[in-house]
Amino acid sequence: MRKNKMATLGAFIVIAIVIIGILAPIISPYDPNAQDLYNSLEGPSLKHPFGVDLYGRDILSRVIWGARISLSISFTAVLLSGMLGIMLGAIAGYFGGIIDEIIMRIFDMLLSFPDILLAIAIVAILGPGKLNLILALTIYSLPQFARITRGSVISEKNNEYVDAARLMGENDISILFRYILPNCISPIIVQGTMRMATAILVISGLGFLGLGIQPPTPEWGTDLSVARTYLRVAPHMGIFPGLAIFITVMGFNFFGDGLNDALNPRLKDR
Amino acid sequence: MNQYNNPIIEVKNLLKEFDVIKGFWAKKAKIKAVNDVSFTINEGEAVGLVGESGCGKTTTGRILVRLMEPTAGKIIFAGKDISILKGNKLKQLRRELQMVFQDPFSSLNPRMTVYDILKRPLEIFKIAKTSEEKKQIALKALQDVGLKSEHLTRYPHEFSGGQRQRIAIARALILKPRFVVLDEPTSALDVSVQAQILNLLRNLRKEYSFTYLLISHDLSVVRFLSDKIMVMYMGKLVEVAPTSELFKEPLHPYTKLLMSSIPNPNPRNRKKLKLIEGDIPSLLNPPPGCFFAPRCPLRTPECDKTFPKLREVKKGHLVACFKV
Repeated sequence: MRKNKMATLGAFIVIAIVIIGILAPIISPYDPNAQDLYNSLEGPSLKHPFGVDLYGRDILSRVIWGARISLSISFTAVLLSGMLGIMLGAIAGYFGGIIDEIIMRIFDMLLSFPDILLAIAIVAILGPGKLNLILALTIYSLPQFARITRGSVISEKNNEYVDAARLMGENDISILFRYILPNCISPIIVQGTMRMATAILVISGLGFLGLGIQPPTPEWGTDLSVARTYLRVAPHMGIFPGLAIFITVMGFNFFGDGLNDALNPRLKDR
Repeated sequence: MNQYNNPIIEVKNLLKEFDVIKGFWAKKAKIKAVNDVSFTINEGEAVGLVGESGCGKTTTGRILVRLMEPTAGKIIFAGKDISILKGNKLKQLRRELQMVFQDPFSSLNPRMTVYDILKRPLEIFKIAKTSEEKKQIALKALQDVGLKSEHLTRYPHEFSGGQRQRIAIARALILKPRFVVLDEPTSALDVSVQAQILNLLRNLRKEYSFTYLLISHDLSVVRFLSDKIMVMYMGKLVEVAPTSELFKEPLHPYTKLLMSSIPNPNPRNRKKLKLIEGDIPSLLNPPPGCFFAPRCPLRTPECDKTFPKLREVKKGHLVACFKV
């Protein structure tokens, strides 16, 4: 029961953040890059509910635009790695043998890097930038999708409906995409939601380290890193982007947990 | 028996080996799940294959419809060796060989409606052109197995076990195959539903005129649905006989044992169950001679040396035993 409420809360947060991100140009009260140096570092007020930053930019507007950046990058990366990872994982699981060995050993290599380190390494090699960030996140999420898909494909392919399909004259491609994958979709969707949370975390982590989105583009992690210097004089500069990261990541995680419970019949009674 | 004399399937020296890993350090071992099995099924004939769990019945059936490759041996279907077919030729063969699986809960794709399930084979083999035609054929198949038109749009989880098995039968028959393997079609069902499915199969046989191999461990099921029965023990055929004759006069000691274990519903006719000693030998380490010898009441030294060949003792009645 408690868990159910958390899932609803998660779904609510996710939907709210997505709407905020999409409607950013309409709902943000100011241009996120408009400077007002006379009022630099001013705290929250009626005019600027979240206060202003070092250059007098409205923090509420920057947080709203930040949602747009974080969501678009993480969504693109999760989608790309999802498509590629599902394909490779499905092929590995379905055909098995040497193909499976090769694909999965490569992913094991990728998995052996500690979480964020792989993303840092890729961005360090390619240089910062939106496109490179997407690429880094895609490679970073790829093995997770491949593993989950491979596992469910292996368990599904032993069902008799697969044999029956083969007797109907279906070929391997058709069996894999028409029969097996549609039955594997729920753990993959859950994984996708969870990966959104991690991707957002990695984006802001890289931003904080100066390896992600570069200023003046509004991005939560980058803003947080600037705010660090002014934490004593203007704590609001850091609190609001930080809260945005926290709430978004939590929302996606709750939502993912909830989906897992809803889509996994074995856990339903718990 | 003589009414069928046109062989549709001839199996010659069929062998299927599986690798078994005994332990981490041990070498891979092989077990012979189907061990030098030969038989013929005539067009129109209904043949039962009985034996206990793990004796190789299902493996034999799966090889016949080419879901598995035999390790050695030939399968001649309608005059052609099908054990080596590949690619498009194998695909064309699929039309003529079908199978009904044991577990109707796993044999239907949960994400497809009944109509999608029945429509796919028609699309693959381009049997119907318009969607109207497809619908007609699918509906006919569904009605033939005793379901209604409103069931077409439903998903498998909306059906009971018996209904699901009916759908699986409709799917197997929609291509009008010449030969069907029925792999324990009723063993996953309730007893009351079993009877309905058995009657359905009996009626469909007349209507669709297909030849079938019925795999079961249940002698009464096999008796009801087959003209000829083959008894399998540890991957080998030990007795083949016309149904009535096998039930009247079982010759192989293993068949006798099977017969004596059929439950009798009448308590007055209750007889004491003849228990035999010993367990089934392991397939990993089969006895040198007859596999049944360690449990056999008629055992002689000869039985421990070689496995007896299947030989005809009466017309149409084959037994693999030295003592008959």
